[in-house]
Amino acid sequence: MSILEVSNLSKNFGVSEVLKDVGFSVERGEALAIIGASGSGKTTLLRCLNFLEIPDGGSIRVGGEIIFDANDPETLRESEIRRKRLHFGLVFQSFNLFPQYTAIRNISLPCELLAKERPDYKERRREILADTEKTARALLERVGLSDKAGFYPHQLSGGQQQRVAIARALALDPDILCFDEPTSALDPELTGEVLKVIRGLADKNTTMVIVTHEMQFAREVSDMTLFIDGGAVIEYGPSEELFSSPREERTRRFLERYSNE
Amino acid sequence: MPLSVIMLTLLKGFGTTCLIFAVTLVCAAPLGLIVSFGSMSRFRPLRWLTKTFVWIIRGTPLMLQVIIVYYGPGLLWSYTAFPRVSAVLIAFIINYAAYFSEIYRSGIEGVPRGQYEAGQVLGMTKAQIFFKVILLQVIKRIVPPMSNEIITLVKDTSLARVVAVREIIMEAYSFTAKGLIWPLFYSGAFFLVFCGVLTLLFGYIERRLSYFKV
Repeated sequence: MSILEVSNLSKNFGVSEVLKDVGFSVERGEALAIIGASGSGKTTLLRCLNFLEIPDGGSIRVGGEIIFDANDPETLRESEIRRKRLHFGLVFQSFNLFPQYTAIRNISLPCELLAKERPDYKERRREILADTEKTARALLERVGLSDKAGFYPHQLSGGQQQRVAIARALALDPDILCFDEPTSALDPELTGEVLKVIRGLADKNTTMVIVTHEMQFAREVSDMTLFIDGGAVIEYGPSEELFSSPREERTRRFLERYSNE
Repeated sequence: MPLSVIMLTLLKGFGTTCLIFAVTLVCAAPLGLIVSFGSMSRFRPLRWLTKTFVWIIRGTPLMLQVIIVYYGPGLLWSYTAFPRVSAVLIAFIINYAAYFSEIYRSGIEGVPRGQYEAGQVLGMTKAQIFFKVILLQVIKRIVPPMSNEIITLVKDTSLARVVAVREIIMEAYSFTAKGLIWPLFYSGAFFLVFCGVLTLLFGYIERRLSYFKV
């Protein structure tokens, strides 16, 4: 069974259709790349998965459970949405670290807040807090920043901030980790370190959905690729195939334009 | 005229000044927050109403507002007016709530959307997002404009004399009839010290919040 199944997803902003009947699925341990021009609806798609936008039509299943169905208002209850969001992690284009907390605190705070809802939190408080702290340190090491634990976001470079943001998203152990153009806000010399971390995650079979403009990277790191244009899926298939011999004329034109840059 | 009498009179006036300052600050600060929520409301009529209110209050002199609150009820409805100090306090609180509300609004709206969204995708509740993520960033943003406004409030208290509330400058001025100018200078010194202390205090708060950047 697919870990993520998206069917017939549509989204309008006023009269403009941003997503038209979008469908795809992701297997556990697989990485899906979503490519397309600016304004094609890639980011909106990702935001719909994370309930930052509410789609107008279609459904989303995670591990078989329907977490969103446009025809069933029950799936939109506020209290439920918060729980369902945790299936997904999201790494933003603009990092969005919390500026008043250190790198390590950015990672451990959300875990701590969630831990407070556990029934055994009161009696095992000390243990749980020590655990989250340990997890946060391990994650920071995993993204190669153990020496930056006590640094505030403004003391870190863009690439380092984005790596902290990846660690923060991983800390909640999401089923599916989403990336929204993770390197678009970075200077070219800093993109490498972030892509390296994401590549490392792919090697460890982390389930990921990656919206990116880095075509070479998308081709290398992803198992499947989805090309989206004007809010509709134009081509969807194994990455190697899609990049080397695209079936659709529009995909070919898009890839040509990008390889010329 | 013995020096001690002059000093005592000035101190009494300074007491009134401090009272106006403190009560206005304590009441207008939370009231301003409510007004700011009104001006950010998604409910259009409420937003429109609040913005009109803020426009009127900020667009007319505080002195006029004090006069209207004091004389208005009596002249319009033959209603026994408020006591002088109460009238001054009402006008000041409304006036400063309007100014504070705009500062709060800019502070709250200045926090990027991404901060809320990051909190949301990390499973935080609305309350957690506000108290753990947003609040301190808002405070950091509003400290400089708030300190400016609060220091202005110290000096605005002298407007109370327009309805014969005996604040420090009115008291000091009364001695000019006896040919004394120095009590006026002396009252100026009170303001200088008061504002100096506030400047130090706000500087301290700013430094305490300088460990992060927004």
